[in-house]
Amino acid sequence: MKPAPFSYSRPTTLDEALASLAADPDAKVLAGGQSLVPLLSMRLAAPSALVDINAVPDLDHVRTDEKGVRVGALARHAAVLADPEARRVQPLVSLALQRVAHPTIRNRGTTVGSLVHADASAEMPVVLVLLGGSITAASVAGTRTIEAADLYVGPLESTLRHDEIATEAFFPALPGDAGVAFDEIARRHGDYALCGVAAVVRADEAGSITSVRAGYLSVSDLPTVVDLSEAFAAGTLDDASLDAAADLALASLDPAADIHATADYRAHLARVLTKRVVRQAHDDCTARREGDA
Amino acid sequence: MTTKLFGQAVQRVEDDRLLRGQGQYTDDLMPGALHAAVLRSPHAHARILAIDVDAVLDVEGVVAVYTHEDLVGAMAEPLPLLIPHPTLTHGRTQYALARDEINYVGEAIAMVVAVDRYVAEDAVDRIRVDYDVLPPVVGIENARDGDLLVHDDVPGNRAARMEQQVGDAEAAIAAAPHRLSLDLQVERSACMPMEGRATLARWDTDSRRMQVWTSTQTSTGVRAAVASKLGLDLGQVDVITPDVGGGFGVKIVHPWPEELLVPMAARALGRPVKFIEDRREHFISSAHERGQLQHVDVGFDDDGRLLGLSVQFWHDNGAYTPYGLIVPIITSTQLLGPYKPDNYKVVFDSLYTNTVIVTPYRGAGRPQGVYAMERTMDAIAAYLGKDRTEVRAANFIQPDEFPYDHGLLFQDGRPLIYDSGDYPASLEKLKALVDWDDFERIRDEARAEGRKVGIGIACYVEGTGVGPYEGGHVHVETSGKVKVSTGLTSQGQGHQTAFAQIVADELGVPFEDVEVVTGDTRRSPYSVGTFASRAAVMSGSAIALAARKTREKVLRIAADALETTPEDLEIVNGVVQVKGAPGSRIELGTIAVLSNPLRYAFDEASKAATQFVVGDPSKPPVAEDDEPGLEGKDFYSPPRSTFANGMHAVVVETDPETAEITILRYAVVHDCGNLINPLIVEGQVHGGVAQGVGGALYERMAYNEHGQLENASFMDFLMPYVSEVPKRIEIDHLETPSPLNPLGLKGAGEAGVIPSAAVFASAIEDAEGFPITSMPISPSELFALRLHHEQKLQEGPHA
Repeated sequence: MKPAPFSYSRPTTLDEALASLAADPDAKVLAGGQSLVPLLSMRLAAPSALVDINAVPDLDHVRTDEKGVRVGALARHAAVLADPEARRVQPLVSLALQRVAHPTIRNRGTTVGSLVHADASAEMPVVLVLLGGSITAASVAGTRTIEAADLYVGPLESTLRHDEIATEAFFPALPGDAGVAFDEIARRHGDYALCGVAAVVRADEAGSITSVRAGYLSVSDLPTVVDLSEAFAAGTLDDASLDAAADLALASLDPAADIHATADYRAHLARVLTKRVVRQAHDDCTARREGDA
Repeated sequence: MTTKLFGQAVQRVEDDRLLRGQGQYTDDLMPGALHAAVLRSPHAHARILAIDVDAVLDVEGVVAVYTHEDLVGAMAEPLPLLIPHPTLTHGRTQYALARDEINYVGEAIAMVVAVDRYVAEDAVDRIRVDYDVLPPVVGIENARDGDLLVHDDVPGNRAARMEQQVGDAEAAIAAAPHRLSLDLQVERSACMPMEGRATLARWDTDSRRMQVWTSTQTSTGVRAAVASKLGLDLGQVDVITPDVGGGFGVKIVHPWPEELLVPMAARALGRPVKFIEDRREHFISSAHERGQLQHVDVGFDDDGRLLGLSVQFWHDNGAYTPYGLIVPIITSTQLLGPYKPDNYKVVFDSLYTNTVIVTPYRGAGRPQGVYAMERTMDAIAAYLGKDRTEVRAANFIQPDEFPYDHGLLFQDGRPLIYDSGDYPASLEKLKALVDWDDFERIRDEARAEGRKVGIGIACYVEGTGVGPYEGGHVHVETSGKVKVSTGLTSQGQGHQTAFAQIVADELGVPFEDVEVVTGDTRRSPYSVGTFASRAAVMSGSAIALAARKTREKVLRIAADALETTPEDLEIVNGVVQVKGAPGSRIELGTIAVLSNPLRYAFDEASKAATQFVVGDPSKPPVAEDDEPGLEGKDFYSPPRSTFANGMHAVVVETDPETAEITILRYAVVHDCGNLINPLIVEGQVHGGVAQGVGGALYERMAYNEHGQLENASFMDFLMPYVSEVPKRIEIDHLETPSPLNPLGLKGAGEAGVIPSAAVFASAIEDAEGFPITSMPISPSELFALRLHHEQKLQEGPHA
């Protein structure tokens, strides 16, 4: 459980970090290290170099305005979770962060690191996709924005290039007519979920549902978002519409078996959680509207 | 009078040091030592055609590499078969480094020694091995079928078949008014101590001595093995057990290949060498336990009383049998629990598979036996429509029947005779503790809320304190401080605390003045080890006897000095005084001075023992039947094991939608005889219950058909977190002292884990209304069972 040899640098500017990455196609960025370090120790990854960005200034911000929440590459999960403005502007981010592993891991792990690790069993990638967020990617060639919808292309595979550093993630604010919820089922507290669901429900001023979208983790190769609005075309939520929504969701998912759960059980959980989470998001939507009134 | 410490909840003296990170584990010692890393087999079953180590020595920092070719003499022979048994007709053990065949993923093939572990692992990656890969035998059914063999010369993969019988079980079952059959399954788990295996060795070229520090449960066992395998005299080898970060059974197995290879390399290289096992290695190259298939036939009367019980089981012993048949023998005998079937027959096959070896893990075969018996009790109750506790009570051995002889041979080769217990009283305590009789009301309330709850019960008897012996040595220094040594090892149990309590009481000295050393062959060369919940019974008794001898000598010397008789003296707080006349007194340290006639005074106090000061010039300074110094030494060797017992109840909730299983209450009634320290005993129960929750609801060894362990990390092997174990464990004690030892002790170390699989199966079955026959159980499996039973209901009884 000792990593293979690698070289290590700890640049103190972003340009220096980007130059190091550009110089070595086999180098990896080290931020919180909560996924990378175990992979190194088990020799499942053996990069030639680690570019430790922890000494790069001005990357640990959590900035909030009416548009949304901007999270810097070095902002720890715990810092984002503790930020009251972030919670107010986009409550789904903190709802999901509460379910990311354990406090010790959230103290070191970074939200942006989790996003670009591109694990379909992780909470934050699917939240970013569901909310229509984006990341900012920097390289020696310049800076670009990658929309969440374009970010994930395969298991642990994103469109972030090896010479790029994701410097910031952007989670759009919750619209005034929307409510959110998140839930997941894991074998042990804090484990990767067997299945997790995030939902955004929107309704008009009369309370008639206008849109229902749900994001799924651990039941597909990619963080998957399904538009369930069609099941609520009547504008109301009841057992029948929830059942229809679950049917709709399952048609878009591809749960797989592993040593912890059969595919059938995962599909069952996706069904149960779809109904549970959409109902909660609808309740949240109603509460927010009535709270505003 | 000094306050009696025996029975008091004394805070553990170990904790302050250990919790501050000031423990000294093997890896903390000799930071400059060379490090060993081991090449382990990537295949479950293969022949080794060639090993090429040429590329290894090119790695900077590599000092040596060893394969089987480099082993000489006894080192080149298979590892010892520690516990032979007449029915173990096909026992097999591995080589320290594989010779020409490997039989599980993780088996040691080569060892590299380098300046550090990083370099050693880099070098291991460069070893090239040509394998002829063979089809592996994975799973008990495949082993039993015998189509493929693990060892070519072991037909049917059967290491042993053993049978014991009392009465005529088959005839009794045939004649019984009611009969049932059950097929049951228990999967593998493992000990998983926080500290894996670890060995450090130093060869002193000047004095030609080998010193070994190893994370073991038996320092004397390792010492004998090292001496024997390396061709050294026993007197040349010291084995010292530093702090050990948990054992739970896996470290009673010895010698592990590395426990021999590291000393071998240290001697060859003339430099200290250490091996520190990592977690993946622990999963794939240390030991597992628990995997069994069981078939039970039982005949009983209208009250649920057992008339005949016949059990056959198939035990997965993994690739080799270094620890003999201890685990299945324990299953086959401890299965009986607190019950007395008049006619009992048990047959087991111990079978080879191409997986990690199976040796005792806390509970050691008992969890499986208790599971078989308690599943049977529940099945009888369900069949007769009786309360589950009534059926159990109908079968209990009664308090006036002790000592109770089952007519079987136990794991120590001695008769299975229970020494003490009061099972009806234990059951009453448990029912009161968990509100058993009120549960139907709780169930109805839950049902009204759309919730499903169930209650389970399981009873066990645990043979503890097995022989052959342990020793105690008590030495009073001239400072009055008391130094105690016992040979068995500590891996976190609180021996320093418990043994010091015993000595403080026996000798009348302050607790703080007693220091206890364990597991150091320089201090205690004769010892057996720490396993089978035996430390308190064995070493506790031996230390008490040694302290009593010391006390006798103290009183004899003091009586001379104070010109009185020993009977008139007492020892209070480290001072000997005349009863009723505390002014006439002498300190224990002074007695230690007087016990050692001196020619030379080395300090003020010792002048009192010099030749012109004391002694009758007409007699030898040391009497013929006496020794200098104030020491007491004794050994305790019991006629047979003690038998602790207990009963657990658990209330679970099963989610009607997600099949998640939540523990609502967990209650334990426990009888380990007299309690030395209730805090330590309850800690043992808590830890055992936590491990039991793991074994019942979370942990398994996920071997695939190729013999690859798919969950060899803490990410996928689901050891419960603190969030998964009950927040509160309700405990009540019953103390029925053992008549077999001077302190009335029975063991407590394994108790908490023994009934777990049984009690959870019982509770989940109660919540769900269909039989649970395979443990552990996950929500995914419970979900599948629900679907299966719904389908069966829809198909109707004749489908």
